[in-house]
Amino acid sequence: MELIYILIIPVLVASLSLIPIGKRFTPVITILGALMILICSIRVSFRTTSGGEVVALENWISSDSLGALVLLLVSFVGFTAAIFSWGYLERTTAVNNPGKIRRYYARYNLFLLSMLAVPMLSNVALVWIAVELTTLLSVFLVSFENTPEALEAAWKYGVLTCLGAAFALMGVLILYWGMSISGKGPFTWQGLVTASSSISPMLLKTSFLFILIGFGTKAGLVPLHTWLPDAHSQAPSPVCALLSGIETTTVLYAILRLLPILRAHPSIQVEAWFMVFGLLSVGIAAFLLIQVKDYKRLFAFSTVEHMGIILVAAGLGSSAAQYSATFQMISHAVTKSFCFFAAGSTLLAVGTKNITPIRGLIRTSPVAAVALMIGGLAIAGAPPFAVFLSEFSILKAGIESGHYLVTSLLTLFIVIAFCGILFHINRIVFGKPTNLAGGTTLGTTNIVAMVLAAIPVILLGLYLPDSLYELLRFAAASLGR
Amino acid sequence: MSDPHIIFSVLITLNALAGGLFLLTAFATVAMRQVLAVLNLFILQSIFLASSAFLLGCQHASVHLFAVAGITLITKSMLIPFLLRRTLNQEVYVRREISQILNIPTSLLIVVALAIFAYFLSCPLLSIADEPFVKSNLPIGMAGILLGAYVVVVRREAVPQVIGILSMENGAFFAGVAIASDLPLIAELAAAFDVLIIAFVMGLLTRKIYQRVGTTAVGQMASLKEE
Repeated sequence: MELIYILIIPVLVASLSLIPIGKRFTPVITILGALMILICSIRVSFRTTSGGEVVALENWISSDSLGALVLLLVSFVGFTAAIFSWGYLERTTAVNNPGKIRRYYARYNLFLLSMLAVPMLSNVALVWIAVELTTLLSVFLVSFENTPEALEAAWKYGVLTCLGAAFALMGVLILYWGMSISGKGPFTWQGLVTASSSISPMLLKTSFLFILIGFGTKAGLVPLHTWLPDAHSQAPSPVCALLSGIETTTVLYAILRLLPILRAHPSIQVEAWFMVFGLLSVGIAAFLLIQVKDYKRLFAFSTVEHMGIILVAAGLGSSAAQYSATFQMISHAVTKSFCFFAAGSTLLAVGTKNITPIRGLIRTSPVAAVALMIGGLAIAGAPPFAVFLSEFSILKAGIESGHYLVTSLLTLFIVIAFCGILFHINRIVFGKPTNLAGGTTLGTTNIVAMVLAAIPVILLGLYLPDSLYELLRFAAASLGR
Repeated sequence: MSDPHIIFSVLITLNALAGGLFLLTAFATVAMRQVLAVLNLFILQSIFLASSAFLLGCQHASVHLFAVAGITLITKSMLIPFLLRRTLNQEVYVRREISQILNIPTSLLIVVALAIFAYFLSCPLLSIADEPFVKSNLPIGMAGILLGAYVVVVRREAVPQVIGILSMENGAFFAGVAIASDLPLIAELAAAFDVLIIAFVMGLLTRKIYQRVGTTAVGQMASLKEE
């Protein structure tokens, strides 16, 4: 039943937020709605920690542990970003334009709905539609600031991800074809895993490549990542947290779901494809990180890097590697959303996205500087944060499974990215302070959102609760056969 | 006349004709400079898609495919052109796109190569299922996807780029009516709805860009890039 509530609440809140009553009504109701979704998702995940499946509508809406994991991430980031939006929009959008703020929240909720739907839907054709909707419902969030740059970013985002979606559609249709040749079964992820050994490997491989290109475009895999740094830097910061933190994760989830299906035929060598594409993304993103001039682009490239890391981890093959891949999904989503809150606070404090003029942020705006420093360290993979632990477990699993070349390349790229991120963050935070006009102070909601978002970033680096460990273990198991 | 073999072969021939014309419209989309002509070609292409769905519906005696044909006809050849023309003023549509990234003869050569590549891609799949309709629809659908993608990459005007995306989806569904003819109707409906939203969202975005930047030549916007 919770799954149905999760789908109904955002629709309800989206329509309520269009009602013009008071300035505070829309943000408050969005936060409350997001909190209710979070509670429902936590309940769903608790019920899947023993490896079971929560079914709301047989063969249509259900959630196993991998789905519950993504659901949990989406609803958590959706909640913190809703809080952050309140203070952020109050400071960046003209007060005399309440209609624009109401439209923002309506779109925010619909976008959240589309992302929540992806892990919940079991029918693969509907998953494709949900993924496509995540693009279409967020295009106007990307172009929200209505500057020429934001519009350009929104256009590239819309066109390239729709182009990818058309390729993925072909893949989904071929998958359906294979399903109907092999005999009848429901066209669900589970049904495909069961039927996969009787589907011709040639068919599966063609469909896999179409879906990898299609959804890979949306997950920001190199060489189809070009839209990502634009869209993820031009959107308002809370939206960036959604785009970078969880939208990419939900799409990657759809790609990872193919893994157990394709493993039915070792001749396809799905692991090798994952590792090659993953390493390509990590490597290119690590070098592109160094040359950025905009700190939001810095974090956007780091998203490309992390998508690659998760893909490599999933491709390593052993069960320890699968576990670390799911762990990395969590740690990336929570850390990246925190990073974009920190970047948003910095933007509020100094009024520019450009790295060059900002120096000595620690003097002018200590809160933003500390947040940026923690975010930079955490996403780069310094101990004691969650990303360190997950990356470490990936490298360990890589060595244990005997992929020495892949592991050493991965280590090299991670180290390069580490240096790149910290070099830029260091320049912003320390040094002789410069006076920049155009900054404002941070709101309470901004700080509350950052504190909430920081809890899992730090906590998961030190301690993993038992129930979460079980959830991760079963989610990882569902990636194998 | 009631010999099922004759009817079957007539259906196959008609379907092959629809497929050939479908591919021809995809080629013409690459060659046409005027924005309005591209939109009209998309309408034609959608009609050929619908007729292929209708012919397959006759063959399989499936109401489902008739519904697909109907949905396609209504959304793609009526609602989408209507939406696109409503959101932008006429001035955009009479515009001729002189400076493409590649000139048209070169484009056509590349596109022919892409169509051959599509056949090459679908050949190994055709040996799996020996069905005449799949044999004509799958390669043409794949070619439709690749040609649409080419249009998106090469064109600079906003509307032809959107049409490129929509014709990619047309290509996927042209293959889809043959290979996934019993896809649940809810998925078909949702997909049709989805295509409508694409046209709506991208049309509105084009209008916003036109109002803010003063051009619809989105290919020339390049303020965001790596140094």
